[in-house]
Amino acid sequence: MLDYTKKEKYDRTALRVNPAKTCQPVGAMYAALGVHECMPHSHGSQGCCAFHRMFLTRHFKDPAMASTSSFTEGASVFGGGSNLKTAAKNIFDIYNPKIIAVHTTCLSETIGDDLNAFIQDIDIPEGKYMVHTNTPSYKGSHITGFSNMVASFISYLSVSSGNKNGKAVLMPGFVNPGDMRELKRLATALGVSYTMLPDTSGVLDSPMTGKFEMYPKGGTTVEEIIALGNSELTLAFGKFASEAGAETLKKKCGVPYNLLPIPIGISRTDEYIIALQAFSKTEVPYDIEEERGQLVDILIDIHPYTYNKKVAIFGDPDTVLGITEFVLEMGMIPKYVLTGTPGDAFVSAAEALFTKFGVDGCIAKAGGDLYELHQWIKEDGIDLIIGGTHGKHIARAEDIPFIRAGFPIIDRYIHSYMPLVGYKGGMRLAEMITNALMDRQDRDALEEDFEMVM
Amino acid sequence: MSVLENVLDQYSSRVYKNRKEHMVDVNNNENNNQIAANVRTIPGIITQRGCCYAGCKGVVLGPIKDALQIVHGPIGCSYYAWGTRRHKGKTEEGVDNYLQYSFSTDMQEPDIVFGGEKKLKKAIAEAVDLFHPSTIFICSTCPVGLIGDDIHAVAKAAEKEYGIKCIAYSCEGYKGVSQSAGHHIANNQIMRYVIGEGDREIKSKFAVNILGEYNIGGDGWETERILKRIGYEVVSTFTGDSSIEDLKNAHKANLSLVQCHRSINYIAEMIEERYGIPWMKVNFIGVQGTIETLRNIAKYFNDEELTAKTEVVIADEIGLIADDMAYYKSKLKGKTAAIYVGGSRAHHYQFLLHDLGVSTILAGYEFGHRDEYEGREVLPFIKPDADSKNIESITVEPDKEKYHLYLPEEEINKLKEEKLIDYYGGMIKDMANGTYMVDDLNHFETEEFLKRLKPDIFFSGIKDKFVAQKSGILSRQLHSYDYSGPYSGFRGAVNFARDVTMGIYTPAWSFVKAPWKNTPVLEGTLGGE
Repeated sequence: MLDYTKKEKYDRTALRVNPAKTCQPVGAMYAALGVHECMPHSHGSQGCCAFHRMFLTRHFKDPAMASTSSFTEGASVFGGGSNLKTAAKNIFDIYNPKIIAVHTTCLSETIGDDLNAFIQDIDIPEGKYMVHTNTPSYKGSHITGFSNMVASFISYLSVSSGNKNGKAVLMPGFVNPGDMRELKRLATALGVSYTMLPDTSGVLDSPMTGKFEMYPKGGTTVEEIIALGNSELTLAFGKFASEAGAETLKKKCGVPYNLLPIPIGISRTDEYIIALQAFSKTEVPYDIEEERGQLVDILIDIHPYTYNKKVAIFGDPDTVLGITEFVLEMGMIPKYVLTGTPGDAFVSAAEALFTKFGVDGCIAKAGGDLYELHQWIKEDGIDLIIGGTHGKHIARAEDIPFIRAGFPIIDRYIHSYMPLVGYKGGMRLAEMITNALMDRQDRDALEEDFEMVM
Repeated sequence: MSVLENVLDQYSSRVYKNRKEHMVDVNNNENNNQIAANVRTIPGIITQRGCCYAGCKGVVLGPIKDALQIVHGPIGCSYYAWGTRRHKGKTEEGVDNYLQYSFSTDMQEPDIVFGGEKKLKKAIAEAVDLFHPSTIFICSTCPVGLIGDDIHAVAKAAEKEYGIKCIAYSCEGYKGVSQSAGHHIANNQIMRYVIGEGDREIKSKFAVNILGEYNIGGDGWETERILKRIGYEVVSTFTGDSSIEDLKNAHKANLSLVQCHRSINYIAEMIEERYGIPWMKVNFIGVQGTIETLRNIAKYFNDEELTAKTEVVIADEIGLIADDMAYYKSKLKGKTAAIYVGGSRAHHYQFLLHDLGVSTILAGYEFGHRDEYEGREVLPFIKPDADSKNIESITVEPDKEKYHLYLPEEEINKLKEEKLIDYYGGMIKDMANGTYMVDDLNHFETEEFLKRLKPDIFFSGIKDKFVAQKSGILSRQLHSYDYSGPYSGFRGAVNFARDVTMGIYTPAWSFVKAPWKNTPVLEGTLGGE
């Protein structure tokens, strides 16, 4: 398993080995799926769309519908304008969405297709919409693409009528439908009326009904996106995935925003609850306090198994930072923290957490890859790996327990229904972490040390 | 209105005209079962097709385990082809295995603006330093073709500088109309730079290559097991669990067995031209299919002992699975299936389903050409269009030293006339009257056909799997076998039968409708009584 990975340091500047990120368009596609009756459209050759649908489907085990401009060589030379025009006609005609959300690929970006001009030129049926975002694959990562699509929905659609509607905007970031449901549950519990954008709950965790729905019940409606301009405040989760959207809404419609970390773990969830409370000016209900207390109780109970355990965390920046803070709250040491998405803000945020909890010798890196993470692990070992499916090879090669959290998880089921955010998400994450470590302790125990009670 | 008309009728006239050509009501259509295939998809139509890069890197090259494959482009393309196509490969002593790795130049904006060759060269240098591979492949992605990086020149320079084999593939995604273009591009380069270079000693005259076998779920291993039992020597497999070291020796075999016709017939033909080795279309999917294939191969080699051993092995293998197959047949008999997958599988799996008493009522290929549907007799009538002309087609000459014939020419010609070798009859000849054949079946048509034909099972890929399941129809992936397998040969048939049976009989199907949807549970009183 990964036999060629050596621990010796080697400075690579050109070769990416086992990436911890993928390209922008898949993020844009995911964001667009979180809008009700929206057809995500990939403007480029059809392979991109196929790959992205394949990947989202494998993660969510639910249909991920999207269309493509199906470029061939001609379009690559002469531009994709006529392809988009034909595509728009066919999409409205056959699939009848309320809105088409176009994102570019590295192909249409490189030839310089002017999507804005193309869309101006298209006959969009009455009451229907078409928006676009630029998602060059050679910049940023899938998180950047997600963030760009959210911002584009707002800049195309949201308007301020001058009448505030008393609502908060929740921008959940690149998280699972299960997380979105939990964020909404907490908002409701605190008496906050909200619109979430995007909202893939109900779309990518839709129920089995015996009838396929191209546009399931979930997703932010176009009307809701338009009305975002009348909101009081945006709560944007995660600098990388949500700040651009919140900033766009502020610039366009003057809606102020509060940039929060994705609420994974106790203090981050506390921060969310406080923000909700500040918005609705209601008491925190006992139910929520009870949940929080349960999570704290759990962490105290399990501390002998988690304290000072060293862990490597990789994945998307906002999620990784959340998990990092939570494992620090559990007394663990986030020895290696890595994201494939570039951006110095990740490193400074991670280092601030190391300082806050007084841990030494931890490494944080943005724009890294799993080959490098593996090298670090070989250099100085750890007790647990947390990340997406692609970590399983390292876990096996080094015989380290592995729990799956984040994106993508393509070798397990059910994860997308279960939150990592909120106190409930914390309980789940704590359970997965503790069980993985305790399973390992059982496995490694001598027969005479094999305990019934732990 | 017929089923086809019903589906088509919902399209605008332009789409109608285009898609009509891709549909055949077998033996009932005015067009004498002619079908349009290997032509562009329509922008905006939700096709399940992939791209040229997917066919080249993802399908044909991906399984070659000892070639370190650098994808030159932005990160995504390399990422999506990393361990996702499920071609299994064993790590062997003395043979490199890079299957668990993904290598990319991860091009950034400056590389697009100023050119990416420098970065590619550096990436090769780093790969050589870190991995010491004997072979490096370079695959290009969309923007590389546009900005004009000369990956072939970079490859040549690298060969010289590092004394390794370095082959470049210009398989930009926008080329051609589907994965098919990429298969062709991969085939050309393997023929040019790999086959014929080896000098391994071949021990048996019953030496074969297995072509178009990608070892999904271990299919290739099961096929090899049966062939070896009979006494064949497998010289190379293209390209499941394959290595450059094996492929180099492919010219030493005496027969090429072609499993997936679409992805590899180019190599099969070129091997015959250059080295005199005929090819035979085989099918190791299905019990009867496997038996027929084994007998055909024995017929070609025309050796009494081999023929006798073939029958012994067949009888023994059937004996071992007979009870299982009879049980599963009793559970599945009378069910109906629709298949939409690949460029051969939609044909092959009909044999296996037939073994189990399941009839196929709709079948189609994702990237097949007309010959996969109508048979190779249609080849002279296929007019090349702009898209196919854009894909390089190479011709080869007989190799004076290495050309060899196993059978005398007149016997070869006789077998050709009998259509035993160098022939593929296509799918339609095995489909019953009144069934449907649809090329490039798109999402809309899938939904409509499922509604109208109500098959019990829909075999497809991941993108349409859950569409079928959400509408209450079992779907199994035939690209990845839903992480089961092998499905080939005798043992594979049992695996397949087991998987389909558990899918059909899974109790959860009975819970799809909530009970309160069928029976009223609210009790009330009328008029306050």
